[in-house]
Amino acid sequence: MPYRMCRGLLFLVLLAFTSNLFALVAPEMGASDTSARLAKLEQQTADAKSSADNAWMLTSSALVLMMTGPGLALFYGGLVRKKNVLSVMMQSFAMMAIISVLWAICGYSLAFGSGTSFIGNLQHLFLKGVTLDAEPAYSATIPQQTFMIYQLMFAIITPALITGAFAERMKFSAMALFMVLWSFLVYDPMAHMVWGKGGLLNAALGGHFPTLDFAGGTVVHVTSGVSALVCALYLGRRLGYPHEAMPPHSVVLSFVGACMLWVGWFGFNAGSALSAGTLATSAFVATHFGSAAAAIGWAGVEWLHRGKASALGAISGAVAGLVAITPAAGFVGPMPALVIGLVAGAFCYMMVAKVKSKFGYDDSLDAFGVHGAGGTLGAILTGIFASSAINPIFKDANGNTLPSGMIQGNFHQVLNQLVGVAIAWAIAIVGTLVILKIVDVTIGLRVSTEHEIQGLDLSQHGEEGYYWEVST
Amino acid sequence: MTKIEAIIQTSKLESVKNALHDIGVEGMTVIEVRGHGRQKGHTEVYRGREYTVDLIPKIKIEMVVADDVVEKIERAIIGAAQTGKIGDGKIFRSRIDEAIRIRNDERGDNAL
Repeated sequence: MPYRMCRGLLFLVLLAFTSNLFALVAPEMGASDTSARLAKLEQQTADAKSSADNAWMLTSSALVLMMTGPGLALFYGGLVRKKNVLSVMMQSFAMMAIISVLWAICGYSLAFGSGTSFIGNLQHLFLKGVTLDAEPAYSATIPQQTFMIYQLMFAIITPALITGAFAERMKFSAMALFMVLWSFLVYDPMAHMVWGKGGLLNAALGGHFPTLDFAGGTVVHVTSGVSALVCALYLGRRLGYPHEAMPPHSVVLSFVGACMLWVGWFGFNAGSALSAGTLATSAFVATHFGSAAAAIGWAGVEWLHRGKASALGAISGAVAGLVAITPAAGFVGPMPALVIGLVAGAFCYMMVAKVKSKFGYDDSLDAFGVHGAGGTLGAILTGIFASSAINPIFKDANGNTLPSGMIQGNFHQVLNQLVGVAIAWAIAIVGTLVILKIVDVTIGLRVSTEHEIQGLDLSQHGEEGYYWEVST
Repeated sequence: MTKIEAIIQTSKLESVKNALHDIGVEGMTVIEVRGHGRQKGHTEVYRGREYTVDLIPKIKIEMVVADDVVEKIERAIIGAAQTGKIGDGKIFRSRIDEAIRIRNDERGDNAL
């Protein structure tokens, strides 16, 4: 009884209090006041959305940086012999430093300034005009500095991916010069064409050949993967390849790195929504399923082919799936993502285990087999599976949504995707060849035979990854 | 004095150590080694590339003992390390001219 009484009393008190509140507020709500309050409310709503988007984009930026260091550094570091582990990790880390500085000076401007169809201009030299206000052409709700720093993380990981092709034999100085030139001659133009204002391939901003590339299938993976192949062919094989055994010195390190890549990729793909809304969720989900299916695809084919499903196979497959789902992430639902992943896993396994040995090139850590092949496949499959139900990117003059991919009836899109891929291949091949030639004749590309035998950790950096003295 | 060198399976180190401890052996030196006798290696496959691993990790136990316990020690090692399969390892026996304890310059059996 006392409890019920208490409850009744509480109710009465609350009622009295709230009716009192209404009595206080109601008479003050004049007409002019209402519109002022509405405007304030709208501003607050916009601020809240901006804060939410910005929180996710800053988180995503950090996630994508984590993909390079330590993610990729560990993934690649474990795959080389132990005398070269630091050199490979250092190459990834050097990108975090060098490309960042270049980006602040002029890289961002060349990629995302207005410019031409092919490359940006110098309007943002030294980050001039890159403020805390939004740049509506790219993202209306986040500060342009957030957009700039997010895009920088992509500019870092892309050249870092290439290092897998020339691991264990390229001079550090040559690598550094190569990457500086590559960033200007290949990455910035390609990023501008696909994502920049007025870019030739920009699907969102009315490019001439609208290529669907949600998170960088062509910009990141095709350019890096194809450039990697060119590097592997130009530099030649490592001493002793393929007769000498060169097994990974620690699949454990690679395993940790690959799992970090998987997690970081949520920032890469879901962050490419440039907002924290439903599109980010969709891309997140597609990314996850693509990776999972590809791990099964690679390890499954390996199991059938070799009789065992290896840990290295499973993690390589997951990475291949992440590569292939990258252009598609914001355009496809979970089921197409599973298909894309499964196909990518099996396809990249064949590229790495069969095609590479058939042609005999020494793409040491399979940068081409995973990123070049997986990226190209993913770009084409995006043209097939893209759905306007996920992302209504194409609209007619009246604002009605048009079909996105081939399955929806837009057969032309596969052609657009092929144009995007062809341009990425072309710019990567030509750009990389020119840069390799320049570096070759100026400072030379390869370490000496003695240095290669000694290992790059000692010869290039004067240190060892694992310093095991007998006594302490 | 006699030096006994026993190369055994890595997985048998604990049981050999226990067996030697049980018969009162006080000192030994254990080294991780790689090698092969009649046992064939195995193959490993990384991204479709096959590697033959023919040098297999083994454990080598070295000890220098008085001549009268040699037989007993060898029995203990065989008893603990034998599985009956190829790859169980080998024991080598050799003469030792002198043993010196660095701490106090003791010589011969006293230094063991």
